[in-house]
Amino acid sequence: MIEFTMPTLGADMDEGQLNEWLIKPGDSVTRGQIVAVVETTKAAVEIECWHDGVVEDLLVGPGETVAVGTPLATLLEPGEKSGMKGPGRPAGKTPQEPNRGRTELTATPSSVPPSPIGHRLWVSPVARRTAATLGVDLGALTGTGPQGAITLHDVEHAAATAHHEKPTAATTSAPAATPAPASAPAPAAEPKSAAEIAKARGAAMRASIAAAMSRSKREIPHYYLSDEVILDSAQAWLTEQNAGRPITERMLMAVLQLKAVALAAARFGEFNGFWEEGFRPGNGVHVGVAISLRGGGLVAPAIHDVSEKPLPELMADLTDLVARARAGSLRSSEMSDPTITVTNLGEKGVDAVFGVIYPPQVAIVGFGKPAQRVVVVDGGIRVATTVQSSLAADHRASDGARGALFLAEINRQLQQPAEL
Amino acid sequence: MKTTYRSAVHDAIADAMRADDRVLLLGEDVGRYGGTYAASKGLLEEFGPQRILDTPLSELGFVGIGIGAALNGLRPIVEVMTVNFSLLALDQIVNTAAALRHMSGGQFSVPLVVRMATGAGRQLAAQHSHSLENWYAHIPGITVLAPATVADAYGMLRTALTSPDPVIVFEHVGLYNTAADLDSLIPTEIGRAALRRNGSDATIITYGGCLPKAMDAAERLAQDGIDCDVIDLRVLRPLDDATIMESVRKTHRVVVVDETWHTGSLAGEISARIVEQAFYELDAPIGRVCTVEVPIPYAKHLEEAALPQPEKIVSAVRALFGDTGRAGAGDG
Repeated sequence: MIEFTMPTLGADMDEGQLNEWLIKPGDSVTRGQIVAVVETTKAAVEIECWHDGVVEDLLVGPGETVAVGTPLATLLEPGEKSGMKGPGRPAGKTPQEPNRGRTELTATPSSVPPSPIGHRLWVSPVARRTAATLGVDLGALTGTGPQGAITLHDVEHAAATAHHEKPTAATTSAPAATPAPASAPAPAAEPKSAAEIAKARGAAMRASIAAAMSRSKREIPHYYLSDEVILDSAQAWLTEQNAGRPITERMLMAVLQLKAVALAAARFGEFNGFWEEGFRPGNGVHVGVAISLRGGGLVAPAIHDVSEKPLPELMADLTDLVARARAGSLRSSEMSDPTITVTNLGEKGVDAVFGVIYPPQVAIVGFGKPAQRVVVVDGGIRVATTVQSSLAADHRASDGARGALFLAEINRQLQQPAEL
Repeated sequence: MKTTYRSAVHDAIADAMRADDRVLLLGEDVGRYGGTYAASKGLLEEFGPQRILDTPLSELGFVGIGIGAALNGLRPIVEVMTVNFSLLALDQIVNTAAALRHMSGGQFSVPLVVRMATGAGRQLAAQHSHSLENWYAHIPGITVLAPATVADAYGMLRTALTSPDPVIVFEHVGLYNTAADLDSLIPTEIGRAALRRNGSDATIITYGGCLPKAMDAAERLAQDGIDCDVIDLRVLRPLDDATIMESVRKTHRVVVVDETWHTGSLAGEISARIVEQAFYELDAPIGRVCTVEVPIPYAKHLEEAALPQPEKIVSAVRALFGDTGRAGAGDG
């Protein structure tokens, strides 16, 4: 029997609300099939199942909010017979959290995965009292005290470094009964208008951005590098390529930049992956694309295997991704998979952008506005189209010298557009 | 002026006897021998055998004489050689001295001071080395003092002699040779604990012979960045809860150091009070450093191993911070 669990759709996700099942007991599912829609603080995300099998039982109903790792459904493996399950829900399994070692507070009483630490959360009396006063979520803390207990210092540290993360703490700290404005509608709540849902989602997104970015600036020792990239040859090549294409299939400079970053990241592996008590390289280069949303906020879902894909396919992927991000229908793998992020604020008119790394990733590459600027080439003064590329990287995972080579490689790739 | 604990006790007795002719001293070897710990050397010569009384080896008898003298208007100081021997006088102290005011409806008071040596560390073996002051601290009707400094050795004894009710004074054998530079010796109050060191990270609560060890441990911890309050209880009954709780509210972490055994110790009582009165201030379980649960050994290395030591105090304080690198508080 296979347990299909609530996936983590980003480092800042502790729980999710099941919006909709797209399968029912008895259905066959195949690997990669979209089986459910989950409401996170960021968006309604389509959840893929990564097993082949037959749906045996749906354990969580639409509207229920459960912690990451909670079993949502059981599947029978091909050839497996039904009826082998134990009484009631298979609640005896430790939640799986591939990306984190953190302890979760369970979200609903109806499906309580036992705590991985094997006992009630140990919190010193003064820490518990102070956490209640300051609104700090004890479940999100790692204790540093005797026997791993959460101490006053842990609570004060969390409160001091995360005062503007409070809305997130409020949503994740308590079971579904919490009246937190950011939480998605509770199962029994009266139907809300689309505008109300959008507003609630906006507030929740702000909170989750606050949480992720605060964590980034708190934990990640960023270093920053920038480079000026002459785009003349890339632009000439693009113009030539686009001349023969219908308007709907024309490619943007952003796609060349994505591909250049991906090829450089494939070569400089220390910028492509995750920092989790140590560096873990990404499995493939999945470039997160920072997409600002019309209602405010942003998401950075991944385009998969960017370094392997030809440019026209990437352009189609990018168009599709932006459209779905703005429609709020991203897939779970897109949310959780980025190995490096690219942010492009060129169209907003800024010269350069120095990004904040999205944890647990280790690098973010930024591009500013391509514009005509005076440059010196081969000892002569010229007007050329240039763009400022920048790298914000995690100094735990890489050093400036390698960062410089990485940026130079992006530059080099953009000088040879035909090779991209 | 360099003064030792021993001479401070001596001077307190002498000054009290000069100031008040109702004061007398009685006990084994207090006269001709000058006191087992030489606290009454020369007093027989100055005050004569009417006021400095050598008694037979009979604690039940001579503590009883002291109670009778107190009931009849005198201010006796009774010296019992060690707390171990005071068990022979428990009936007099617990059933008579401590109870008479209450049993007589306030008609009789017993203004008696009983001094006794306590504690280990001088290789005097199990019958001369125990710390049983907690037994007396259990008894309503008496005040129990444990001066740990030279100033208190003088000052608390002087003030004890003004009490209308029985006062037991415990002098730790390890303290008699300690010295301090003091301008003058004056009476001190006998109601409150004293903060001997001011810190912010943890509170070490102790008294008597363990105070120097606690101060030593606090200095070592300070070098590693752990800054401790050190509270000298001074008064074991009634306990000064206010001073203890004030410190706990500041540091949130406590180690109690007590030369009695863990089981039924004063450290246990103090821990219970902290949990009752300041539970929500605690950031770590309360640590105790007490004596290993054996009769105090004679052999020097075994005796040292059995007693609270600065290293054990350091480990217990570190354990409050989740540091289990060294031996835990355990039974150390």
